[in-house]
Amino acid sequence: MNPSLHLKETTDRDLPRVGGKFLALSRMVKGGLEVPNALCIVAEVYDTYLTSSGLRERILLEVNRKSFAEMRWEEIWDASLRIRNMFLTTPLSQDLLIGLKEGIEREFGDTPVVVRSSAPGEDSAKASFAGIHESYVNVRGTQNILEHVQKVWASLWSDAALLYRQELGLNVETSTMAVIIQEIVEGERSGVVFSMSPNDPSRAVIESVYGLNQGLVDGTVEPDRWELSRSSGKPLRHIAPLREKKVEASSGGVRPVTLPPDQADRAPLVQEEVARVFDLAMEAENLFGAPQDVEWTFRGSTLYVLQSRPITTVSDPAPEDQRPWYLSLHRSFENLKNLRLKIEGELIPAMMEAASKLAEEDPGALTDNALAEEIDKRQQIHDHWVKVYWKDFIPFAHGARLFGQVYNDTMRPSDPYAFMDLLGDTEMMSLARNSLLEDMAAAVRADPTLQRALREKQFAMVEKDFSRKLEDFMERFYDLACGKAQCFQGADGIVPIVLEMASHPPRDKAVKAEGAAALKEAFLSRFQEDEREKAEELLDLARTSYRLRDDDNIHLGRIEGRLIDAVEEGKRRLRERGMTDSDRLEVQAVVRALKDPAFVQEALYHREEEKTGFVVKPRQLIGQPSGPGLAKGRARVIRGSSDLLAFKAGEVMVCDALDPNMTFVVPLCSAIVERRGGMLIHGAIIAREYGLACVTGIPNATSLIETGDLLTVDGYLGIVVISERME
Amino acid sequence: MEEAGRLKHTVGELLKSQKLAVLSTHNKGQPYASLVVFAATEDLKYLLFATTRATRKYDNIAHDPRVAFLIDSRSNLDSDIHGAIAVTAMGIAEEVGEKGKEAFLKIYLDKHPHLKEFVHSPTCALLRVKAETYYLVSKFQKVFELRISR
Repeated sequence: MNPSLHLKETTDRDLPRVGGKFLALSRMVKGGLEVPNALCIVAEVYDTYLTSSGLRERILLEVNRKSFAEMRWEEIWDASLRIRNMFLTTPLSQDLLIGLKEGIEREFGDTPVVVRSSAPGEDSAKASFAGIHESYVNVRGTQNILEHVQKVWASLWSDAALLYRQELGLNVETSTMAVIIQEIVEGERSGVVFSMSPNDPSRAVIESVYGLNQGLVDGTVEPDRWELSRSSGKPLRHIAPLREKKVEASSGGVRPVTLPPDQADRAPLVQEEVARVFDLAMEAENLFGAPQDVEWTFRGSTLYVLQSRPITTVSDPAPEDQRPWYLSLHRSFENLKNLRLKIEGELIPAMMEAASKLAEEDPGALTDNALAEEIDKRQQIHDHWVKVYWKDFIPFAHGARLFGQVYNDTMRPSDPYAFMDLLGDTEMMSLARNSLLEDMAAAVRADPTLQRALREKQFAMVEKDFSRKLEDFMERFYDLACGKAQCFQGADGIVPIVLEMASHPPRDKAVKAEGAAALKEAFLSRFQEDEREKAEELLDLARTSYRLRDDDNIHLGRIEGRLIDAVEEGKRRLRERGMTDSDRLEVQAVVRALKDPAFVQEALYHREEEKTGFVVKPRQLIGQPSGPGLAKGRARVIRGSSDLLAFKAGEVMVCDALDPNMTFVVPLCSAIVERRGGMLIHGAIIAREYGLACVTGIPNATSLIETGDLLTVDGYLGIVVISERME
Repeated sequence: MEEAGRLKHTVGELLKSQKLAVLSTHNKGQPYASLVVFAATEDLKYLLFATTRATRKYDNIAHDPRVAFLIDSRSNLDSDIHGAIAVTAMGIAEEVGEKGKEAFLKIYLDKHPHLKEFVHSPTCALLRVKAETYYLVSKFQKVFELRISR
């Protein structure tokens, strides 16, 4: 097998080996267009690599670990990251290496290239899936190119690809990937042209920027835009943007730079060049027999074609399809930096202010009607912040993932989550709270008199120093256990937890600062001067992202706490009116019942048990390995805050979604099991901080597992074994 | 002697060709069968499999290391009755300690490279069954015993 093909030797028959993108390049070369030199690593190489290294079976195991229908986006991202790491840590066999090296060396030497996917079937798919697979710009040197070929292969299993697996027909047995290696033409002006505008079939559209195309494609640089008549080629309209930046090649990648004034004032193309780009689009359309979307660049006066593909109209996704939202989470570094400023500078202060403003109104002092209004108002404020949370906070949380990818590319660790240890030594609010709790527990441990006073609730006997600590704590962390049932617990809530903590030796935090410092240095030392600065900046961003993921939940929890306060007050009044099961009312039902004494709730849904003659008991459940470790203990299933307050040292916390307002019992846990899955969710982060075994992504964890079940939690493999149930 | 060589060859080929085996253990006399991914050493003296330590099979073996293995070539067809062969192996199981683990691990992973992550988990045990006797069943009723002399 010849592992690579040249543009000129490729024919239509090679489509299944080279993919549509490369075949299009080859047809353009043969049609007389100027195309930068390129080589294709054919799909068989991918197949051979997968089969000979055993990688195929490993991918099969990973994608079949859990049903996709039961996986959250974060879990899909995690699966994709694990697969990517398998590619990074599985070397090419000597046979493959020899065959590939020679061709690449001969063709490109030390010339910078682009390495990108050409998956067979990729461009013929009905919808356009641009950006699902990776491409890498400005890669230099054979060894380096080969490493990037592996990364492009891995992107066949990118999170986006897994998300659109059905549309793409993604299949471990049959899906394959060819890779294009193409010389970079460092154009001074670049752009795209649509031979037919997606909005107006009588027009063509040209978009152009200074520098490389990447800025235009990823949206960081605003282009000049021309609309032309398709029949005559006459320009009908030119829209000039505020020209500020361009993207140029920098060592090992690209970077945005500020435009010099003479370029900022002038459109990147003159009239005659606009005409040439239009002609190019028409030539491509003739060649392929359908309207084309062509990427091009000018170097000197030569016009190069970089890529041409049929124009696909992307229909708007169905409103319930949230995948586009998820994909929008992949932000550029620049974008995340701006988001950070917004979150730290505007959103968090505004959230804190909203929470303290809400605290000023005492729901107990309101009339029923006013209370109903207040609940409504609080609900609206809470809803607003939940929206902000999805729009800005969650995308920012992905800063940690961006870093994870860079870290894995650089360090190739065997554990794809090793990067989390570098993020860990930032101060998180919930950890600060837990260390205050630990402080109080230490005081109780050391003083039997204090212990007795607390146990017997003789608060008057408690010495001042401790009382002050307790008050401080309640002031700072008012909503200790803001759970589903009740929010405010006061001293009655905290004291039993402190006593329980005090009855056991203190627990060490797992990640030591000096360990993180050494990891950080090892990582940064891989970069040269200016690159090092950028890496450091990225790490800093990732740490903020990691820390905020926790803090924003706490702030949101405060606002939610005030909403729950008001709702609880409403329910209490409804109980007084004789509505005995007011606890089970939804928020809006509480509002209605407060306003309208005649309101009758609808019958509550009771689950009917199916009679099959079999009793089902879960024995071994599979989730995501989210915190390495092994632990055995009795389950404490968290369904409300009373479960948290009943927590005993050594128990395994089993919850639907661990939020920061629940983490005060973590120092008592032996392990954490959570329904919500992912490595960067709060439960996993906090488990890692405390060195606890953690398994996330167990569907129906809180209904399958019961308090008192004896569990073995295997955080290495993501397994929970229920070995004994108290009957 | 020649017969022994031929039988050993047949058993060896079957063990190489099959990826899964049925492992039998017991809990206080209650038999328990489970499917495991296995490998055998070239000399057929050991059968290898991996399991996490929280499983019933591991627990059962910890209490009584005597086990049986069933390995067969059936493919769920009527012709299996006369065409398939089956081997029952009996022996003593033990967890492979750190000493000598590398060699056994290599044999196991050469056959099942995709289980790398699984066997390297600290919670996963590699077990070897010291085979004592093999029973080879073919043609529905033809049975030979192959005893390992040590």
